[in-house]
Amino acid sequence: MLETVILTIAKIIIFFAVLMFFVAYGTYAERKVAGGIQDRIGPLHCGPFGLLQPLADGLKLFFKEDITVAKSDKPTYYIAPILAVVPAILVIAVIPVDENIMITDLNIALLYFLAVSSLSVYAIMLGGWAGNSKYPLLGGLRSASQFISYELVLGLSIVCVAMLVGSFSLRDVVLYQKDMWMVFKQPIAFICYMIAAIAELNRAPFDLPEAESELVGGYHTEYSSMKFAMFFLGEYANMVVSSAIATCLFLGGWYAPFSILPFIPGFIWFLIKTFLIFFFMLWIRWTYPRVRFDQLMGMSWKVLMPVVLLNILVTGFIVTFGR
Amino acid sequence: MREVYWPLILVAILAFGFGIGTIVISKLVGPKRPDPSKLSPYECGVEPVGDARKPFFIHYYMIALLFLVFDIEVIFLYPWALKFKEMGSFAFWEMAVFIVIFLGIFLYAYVKGVLEWE
Repeated sequence: MLETVILTIAKIIIFFAVLMFFVAYGTYAERKVAGGIQDRIGPLHCGPFGLLQPLADGLKLFFKEDITVAKSDKPTYYIAPILAVVPAILVIAVIPVDENIMITDLNIALLYFLAVSSLSVYAIMLGGWAGNSKYPLLGGLRSASQFISYELVLGLSIVCVAMLVGSFSLRDVVLYQKDMWMVFKQPIAFICYMIAAIAELNRAPFDLPEAESELVGGYHTEYSSMKFAMFFLGEYANMVVSSAIATCLFLGGWYAPFSILPFIPGFIWFLIKTFLIFFFMLWIRWTYPRVRFDQLMGMSWKVLMPVVLLNILVTGFIVTFGR
Repeated sequence: MREVYWPLILVAILAFGFGIGTIVISKLVGPKRPDPSKLSPYECGVEPVGDARKPFFIHYYMIALLFLVFDIEVIFLYPWALKFKEMGSFAFWEMAVFIVIFLGIFLYAYVKGVLEWE
């Protein structure tokens, strides 16, 4: 028993360290990719190729003055940044990196993921409300309605996967994809999942809650120092986690594509796939302009919702009568 | 490691510990030089007018209501998705009726103009 506890604690620490590494170098990758796409160089001066930039940023933010806005609502003002990072860290408990490398194999992992990830809306809404300032309030309201609209699409696209697998355990979901990845069986669900995931993360082209040109900085305008950094940490951690979940659900988790290069261990494949989806999100951000708010809401309610519901019906029909 | 729930508690302790710890440490090591204009809400450098506790557009509320209805319906799909293979065509037709009702509610909201955004 004691051995299991120690092993689990060690796993949690390693998973957490890997997540934080991805988050730190996610910010670096974002700036390098942005630089590349805009024909610039990006961070260059801290260490070789600017590789120490994330460390320098982190330290700088630690030593900045922590302002508490005078008329703010103190408890919510402090809770919001904490809630911004907590959901992403909670999700690492159920991510299977390899067939036997995971913190715990819950039989309700998908439900757990949905329940925990939907908590992050509180961070944005409370953060926008607590500062007692108008721009963050508008950003928070927009974000909440955007988040809950795309939450439905996300939930429904996961139903499509669960229908074929017949289990909510992420490990079972990946094992099911040994011969054929889910993305080939459920391409519509994959597209819907990716759009919903990017929209939930408030990333461009869906970054209306923090539209710089109209709302200053959005929901975190009133935050400074590490509290400000927590929102960014949360955003990148959520990006990493939803890329990892997308890898498990649709891209065959730790399985090598078409069984090539079988000597590369599974978790390496997993990390490569996660990074590719992460890169895809960066690529989209620096390629497309921001959509309008009515287009954004219309997209989720009028297009994605009916499409994914019909996808569920068709999947059910094929599974029931196709044999 | 099947159906082991206690690691979740450890992860939760780590997550909250990390969040709270980071904020407390930065509070301790950062400088403190408060100033009335620094502590006022930021409104592009202009003196803030009034308070942010104002009524907001009712449409946000309608979207929240719709979300509540639809989210409950989505949750009903989950147990079905898990077991419908073993229950044969009856389960499929039953869920088809449910989804048609779901789309009916959706159509009602659409016709009523809740999904339009001005």
